[in-house]
Amino acid sequence: MKAIVNVYLKQGVLDPQGKAAHHALESLGFHGIEDVRIGKQIVIKLGSVSKEEAITKVKEMSETLLANTVIEDYDIEIVQ
Amino acid sequence: MKVAVLRFPGTNCEFDTEYAFEKLGHDVSIVWHNDTVLPDGIDLVIVPGGFSYGDYLRSGSIARFAPVMKAVSQYASKGGKVLGICNGFQILTEAGLLPGALKRNTNLHFISKYQHLKVTNTDNAFLNKFKSGDILYVPIAHADGNYYIDDEGLEELKANGQILLQYVDSDGNIDSINGSAEAIAGICNKEKNVFGLMPHPERAIEDILGSDDGINMLQGFAS
Repeated sequence: MKAIVNVYLKQGVLDPQGKAAHHALESLGFHGIEDVRIGKQIVIKLGSVSKEEAITKVKEMSETLLANTVIEDYDIEIVQ
Repeated sequence: MKVAVLRFPGTNCEFDTEYAFEKLGHDVSIVWHNDTVLPDGIDLVIVPGGFSYGDYLRSGSIARFAPVMKAVSQYASKGGKVLGICNGFQILTEAGLLPGALKRNTNLHFISKYQHLKVTNTDNAFLNKFKSGDILYVPIAHADGNYYIDDEGLEELKANGQILLQYVDSDGNIDSINGSAEAIAGICNKEKNVFGLMPHPERAIEDILGSDDGINMLQGFAS
């Protein structure tokens, strides 16, 4: 079982790295971009647990350590 | 006064901080991150600057779970005075001992220079030696100093006089050099016993270093 946690700054919290990448893309000629957000992806390998257990566990990990919920949102994806 | 200075893997300002407090005649002990208790009879805990745990994940996010931080939280909850400088400020916000969070500087640069600061509130144990509106000149050195707090939180900080210091230009005009809300450089908690700031007072302790405003700041705790 593998969990993928995506952490990114909340909408409304300025993402300076996303902004810089946005400008860079535009100056390279990529037009029509509405917004660029940069986050991080944390991949966690778990032993044999049920999908429900995995979600509960990884949610707790995200709230405790992986995301700072003052400024960040996260989502969890469970694969195989 | 007895001062405890914490030390995590990656801390690098503990000896400057020790030197500054010893210069002021205080008794300083350096406390290892794995210790579960603080020394007896201390008057002040300093969470110093540096790059604890390599700033991995987020600045301060791993250090806040070090065993010594449990003792610091207990100490603070009983009214004990705690000061976080730079990475120490980041650790205290991650630990929830101070509100808000510190994000990457808006210009994405590591900013390292002497900076003018305005003293905003003096009704606290830290800045009681100053007058509100005083301008100080103290070094800053950080990549993640962009203070964020939501609008409601910001109103609370203002209403309770929790904003300690703001970045200003040489004429004293507010200048948010790193993107911080209200150009905030330092805050305290509502109870006014936990303090955090991005600038480094321990690096401005003699004229020959460019300023001695920092030592005057640290002196505040002794009165």
